[in-house]
Amino acid sequence: MQTSEMKLDGNAIAGLLGEIFAVEMTTAHGTCASCGAVNEVGRVDVYVQAPGTVVRCPSCEQVLMRIVRQPGRGRYWLDLTGVRCLEFAEG
Amino acid sequence: MSLRGPLIAWQFGELVELVHETPRVSSLYFNMPMWPGHLAGQHVDVRLTAEDGYQAERSYSIASPPEARWVALTVERLDDGEVSPYLVGELKVGDKVELRGPIGGHFVWRAGDDRPLLLVAGGSGVVPLMAMLRHRATAPHKAPARLLYSSRALADIIYREEIDRLVSANDGLFVSHTLTREKPAGWSGYTRRIDAAMVKEVAWPKAQTPAVFVCGPTPFVETAADLLVGLEYDPLWIKTERFGATGGPGGG
Repeated sequence: MQTSEMKLDGNAIAGLLGEIFAVEMTTAHGTCASCGAVNEVGRVDVYVQAPGTVVRCPSCEQVLMRIVRQPGRGRYWLDLTGVRCLEFAEG
Repeated sequence: MSLRGPLIAWQFGELVELVHETPRVSSLYFNMPMWPGHLAGQHVDVRLTAEDGYQAERSYSIASPPEARWVALTVERLDDGEVSPYLVGELKVGDKVELRGPIGGHFVWRAGDDRPLLLVAGGSGVVPLMAMLRHRATAPHKAPARLLYSSRALADIIYREEIDRLVSANDGLFVSHTLTREKPAGWSGYTRRIDAAMVKEVAWPKAQTPAVFVCGPTPFVETAADLLVGLEYDPLWIKTERFGATGGPGGG
C-alpha cells in the first residue's frame, strides 16, 4: 500500500481537534508557515499512521501540525510550528 | 477535574434497529437522548473499550438526515478492523455503544443551498451523501441533484432500492451507477472505473457553479477530484472526504 493511499483529510481529525479547541475547527482557515497558502482545515492532508497525527499543507506538503494524544492519561502535545495563523469563527 | 467539558462529549447510544444493506454493510439506528441535532455530511466517533481498558476509536458518517428521529450509521465490515466487525456482526438491538458527535463542519450540505448538487460516491462513501439526499427529499425547495455512485458489483450497492425510490419521485434527482467488477445482464449503467468521459457526462457544466461532495476510499476521491478539476471546476467548489485505503473515515 502506498503512503498516498493512506492520506485522509481534515474531516478525519475534527473529533480530535474538538477535544482541544473550543470551537469547530474544520471550517477554520490555516496559513502555512512554509508556503503561505491558506487552506480550510477540512481540506488539509492528514496522516494517522504515525504514533501521532501528522497534518500537512495540501499546497506544499510541509508539516502544518503534529498532534499526539497519550491514551488514558489525558495529555496532549500539539506542535503548530508549521501554522503561521489560524483564523476561525466565534463558537 | 476539568474547568469545562469537551466540545463534543461521549455519550451512550442504544441500538434500536439494525438493517442489513448488503452482505458486508449494515445500518445501525441509535437512540441518542442527548443528541443536539446534526447537519447532513457530519460524522460521529465510536469508541469501544475492552475489559482490560484498551480503547479503539473510529469515525463513521451519519446516514440519517437531520430530520430523522434516530441517528443512523451505515458501517462496512472490514475483516481486519478493530471496530467494524463488532458493530456489524456482534452488536444487537438494545446494546449500548459510546459515541460522540456530531463532528465536522466542512463536509456538510444544507438544503437551503440552491446551487446544483453533484455527489460522487465510491463504495461506502455514499453514506454521508445519502444523508444529503434524504435531507433534500424533506426540503420544500429542492436543488437539482446528480449522484455518480461507483460500486464493485450490483449486490454491493448500498441503499439501492431507496435510491431508486428517490429518483422515481421525479423531483430533479438523477443517479448514475457504475459497477467496476461486474456487468449484470440487462444493466444499463456504466461498467468501468470512474473516468473523464463518465464525469463529463454526469457532472454539471461548470457555468452552473455546482456544489460538489466526493466521498470514498482515498484513491477514488483523488481520481474523482482531479477529473472534476479537469473539467475546470474551481477546487473550492469541491469538498472531499477520504476514507483512507479502505473502509470508513480512518478505517476499521
